[in-house]
Amino acid sequence: METFLQQTLNGLVSGSIYALVALGYTMVYGILGLINFAHGDLLMVGALVALQTVTLLNAAVPGLHPVILLLAGVAVAVPVCMAVGYLIERIGYRRLRNAPRLAPLITAIGVSFLLQTLAMIIWGREFHVFPQLVSTTPMEPMAGVVVSPLQIFTIVVAFALMGGLMLLVNKSRLGRAMRATAENHRVAGLMGINANGVIAATFIIGSGLAALAGVLFASNYAIAHYAMGFTPGLKAFTAAVLGGIGNLPGAMVGGLVLGLVESFGAGYIEHLTFGFLNSSYQDIFAFVILGAVLIFRPSGLLGERVADRA
Amino acid sequence: MTTTSSTLPLPASFALDRRIQRPLVILLALAAPLVALAMGKSWVRVLDFALLYVLLAIGLNLVVGFAGLLDLGYIAFYAVGAYTWAFLASPHFGIHLPFWIVLPLGAAFAALAGIALGFPTLRLRGDYLAIVTLGFGEIIRIFMNNLNQPINITNGPQGIDSIDPLTIAGLDLSRDLDLFGFQISSLLLYYYAFLACVVFAIILVRRLQISRIGRAWAAIRDDELAAKAIGIDTRMMKLLAFALGATFGGVSGGLFAAFQGFVSPESFSLMESIVVLTMIVLGGMGNLAGVVVGAIMLTALPELLRHFAVPMQMALFGKTLLDPEVLRMLLLSLAMIVMMLVRPAGLLPARTRYAHRDRRNA
Amino acid sequence: MKQNKLIFALAAASLAAGAVHAKEVVVRIGHAGPLTGPAAAFGKDGENGARLAIEDANAKGIKIGGDTVKFELVSEDDQADPRTATTVAQRLTDSGVKGVVGHVTSGASIPASRIYEQAGIPVITPSSTSPKLTQQGYKMTFRVIANDLQQGNALGKYAVDQLKARKIAVIDDRTAYGQGLADAFANAVKSSGGQIAGREFTNDKATDFMAILTKIKAMNPDAVFYGGMDAQAAPLARQMKQLGMTAKLMTGDGGCTGEMIKMAGDALSATTFCTQAGIPLDKMPGGATFRTQFKQRFGNDIHVYAPYAYDAMMSVIEAMKAANSVEPAKYQPALRSLAYQGVTGPVAFDDKGDIKGGAITVYNFDAGKWAPLQTIQ
Repeated sequence: METFLQQTLNGLVSGSIYALVALGYTMVYGILGLINFAHGDLLMVGALVALQTVTLLNAAVPGLHPVILLLAGVAVAVPVCMAVGYLIERIGYRRLRNAPRLAPLITAIGVSFLLQTLAMIIWGREFHVFPQLVSTTPMEPMAGVVVSPLQIFTIVVAFALMGGLMLLVNKSRLGRAMRATAENHRVAGLMGINANGVIAATFIIGSGLAALAGVLFASNYAIAHYAMGFTPGLKAFTAAVLGGIGNLPGAMVGGLVLGLVESFGAGYIEHLTFGFLNSSYQDIFAFVILGAVLIFRPSGLLGERVADRA
Repeated sequence: MTTTSSTLPLPASFALDRRIQRPLVILLALAAPLVALAMGKSWVRVLDFALLYVLLAIGLNLVVGFAGLLDLGYIAFYAVGAYTWAFLASPHFGIHLPFWIVLPLGAAFAALAGIALGFPTLRLRGDYLAIVTLGFGEIIRIFMNNLNQPINITNGPQGIDSIDPLTIAGLDLSRDLDLFGFQISSLLLYYYAFLACVVFAIILVRRLQISRIGRAWAAIRDDELAAKAIGIDTRMMKLLAFALGATFGGVSGGLFAAFQGFVSPESFSLMESIVVLTMIVLGGMGNLAGVVVGAIMLTALPELLRHFAVPMQMALFGKTLLDPEVLRMLLLSLAMIVMMLVRPAGLLPARTRYAHRDRRNA
Repeated sequence: MKQNKLIFALAAASLAAGAVHAKEVVVRIGHAGPLTGPAAAFGKDGENGARLAIEDANAKGIKIGGDTVKFELVSEDDQADPRTATTVAQRLTDSGVKGVVGHVTSGASIPASRIYEQAGIPVITPSSTSPKLTQQGYKMTFRVIANDLQQGNALGKYAVDQLKARKIAVIDDRTAYGQGLADAFANAVKSSGGQIAGREFTNDKATDFMAILTKIKAMNPDAVFYGGMDAQAAPLARQMKQLGMTAKLMTGDGGCTGEMIKMAGDALSATTFCTQAGIPLDKMPGGATFRTQFKQRFGNDIHVYAPYAYDAMMSVIEAMKAANSVEPAKYQPALRSLAYQGVTGPVAFDDKGDIKGGAITVYNFDAGKWAPLQTIQ
């Protein structure tokens, strides 16, 4: 039982990070019908920029409170990622908006590798230590189940951000414009909505969330690295599809479900398959889920716009 | 946004006299390894690998360029071919079958894998298909990496070594041939064997392209709905594209295993799939000549960078700022972006005889 | 141009005539390893070790066959990729090297060894530890480091006999290195009377180990063994601490690095153990000097494999001296019967080309660094 609860907690932590990244995929897909392959790498950019800021600030003004360091890191990483996200859309995708579908997809793959290579040039290939600015000292709320303040922090921040995004999309003017553009850019344009502006805003918001996810990810695992964004990016995409791509609550549910599936999968697969499969197959769960969802229920768990796009 | 070939100096002059062009290409293909040999055997080895990549690129081009199905897990078929050879012609299981059994079997298994991938994903288009195929490639790799337990099939991450070389009619291609006192390097033997495969593949694909099947693929690529409406069995045609494309991958993989003598899962990473994709993007999707040029360019690129970029940087800056591997990644990624933005049809665009004039769905 | 050369040769010859055989011959020896890519640090380390050996030998002015020999290092980058490794091996044999130190990773060494074998050039790896490398029956392949079997064996026995661990969980990263080491470790534990409580797996790009660690925690093992590199071992150590696990953590030489200490931070304790092949450098006659000399020459500390690359290079040179020839066919037999006192311990090869009785040293974390506990022969 303790193990079960502990695995649930592990799944919630990684799942809430997947969910944050999945939101970015789903927003862009909802509006443009494009898989922004480079989105996962924005997570990496966010983490490394934050790390650079924290390191520089710590060297310049030693003895600052960890929370101030963390906030400073975020304060730099988020705008940088937003700018990068905007540039990617402006330079890479805007011209290809009416091109055949393969073109923007191949561009997106190119952008993803370009970001990784640039990061490799700037920060080198080594794994960097990301300072754990929130305490990781384990607490034991009940016998056998361990949780650290950092994990609670991660889940709380992720949920707060998701809530904020929901409010933005459902209540604000920009949100309404986004929804209208997602429905149909041309008609939205005729209604006086600046579709280009809305699309840029979507990229910017998604990139900001990716930056925050990057900081959370790096703090949780105390590591930052030029290729760290690829796998979480892929998994977050799976989460977005799982929840029903283009659907914001779907991305959140998908992220959490995927986190839990991976956690329980790694924990119990050996029993479930009588020892034939084991945790070495942990990384294929995401792909198997992805394939199964697309084939059997392409609209995802929570449904909405997709079938025709697929 | 479409650039037609007439505005380009290179293809235009190429097209001038096709009677000269053909013998020239043949001569070049035959003489290239001899020139390379003068520069050192390692360059012949690079050419040998380039031909294997040409074969891969031709296969992927069938799927992506002809039928318009973006496959990001193509290297899985290469892996299937390579492992088939390794299973059936190495001490691993103690089986040593000749190439004329192993190579077709590898191709057949790869084709089966292609159908296995194609069948459930037929409904998917474009970007979704890309992601699912990517997942498929990773799943195959992960299985190869882990199937050493509970029963040892693939020998896991350790890979399989001491694989039998290609032996044709008693001639072992991994040894230098002694012909009337002349030493013919094993690398040259492999080159001509691979070249024969590539030539065969090119002839086959050119026939296919102008056949009913090729036209059906072009129709599906350009507008699937319309293709269906005029009575093309799109399911069948897509499956055929997957299976045939995979076959080429399987053959190439088998030859790779024989040539290298060692296979391990690390040779079949996602990055390899991306590299093959870039080859056809760079050369020109759908155009055979472009694909061949793209494959050769990208295989030779790391070697050229190693040879020229490092000394050049040393001369300019006194140290190596960007090492060849970083430069290669940089160029690959930029190539993908810039090609799509500026010349989506590739360096040598496909002639549009059997496709739409403006190739919107290429 | 040709004429110039001729005149130069004549002049050299006339000079040489005065001093009976005082001419200098240049002998090129290759080094191959990843100088770019994720494993670049290991390749660079090996290259520096090999370079230091060459510089030492040149400083001594070694005479072979009556000529003073000037050694030259030809360094190539194999990116730790099997296919690139074969191209690089071909290039080295093209360039007329008389011997090769390398490759660094087993995945590169195995395909490359076939090319060296055909070219008849001895190759000595400083760090490829896959047992398969020397099981191919090649005459030209040598290794100056204990292989995964030897290392896993030693650590497995140590865990049961010395650390008194009864239940041990094993994790590996599904690379040739990690899996080979973990298998050898698990077998040694079983044959020493210990119990493998669980076998879990991850990969060499993973960062999240919480799920498998939670599963392991429920088994309540005395020790956890990780077969893999420092980049994963460090977050693994942190997550063990985060889960409140008190089991001992053990790794092989992949986790026995300075990077591991840097990255794992306060998650390491006296109950973290690791092994390195060979005898602790500071216990060797020339070890401490080697360390300072290396630091002086290259400005950074030894990563892991530099001393082995140094010994590999020295073995080639010693064999050439013993055979009094720089020709591979002549000195290869001398390599077989070599007995050389290296910086990592005595170097002698068995009939497969593996190092004889390679020593393994167990370390634990103590006061900010790895402290040697015991050397197992």
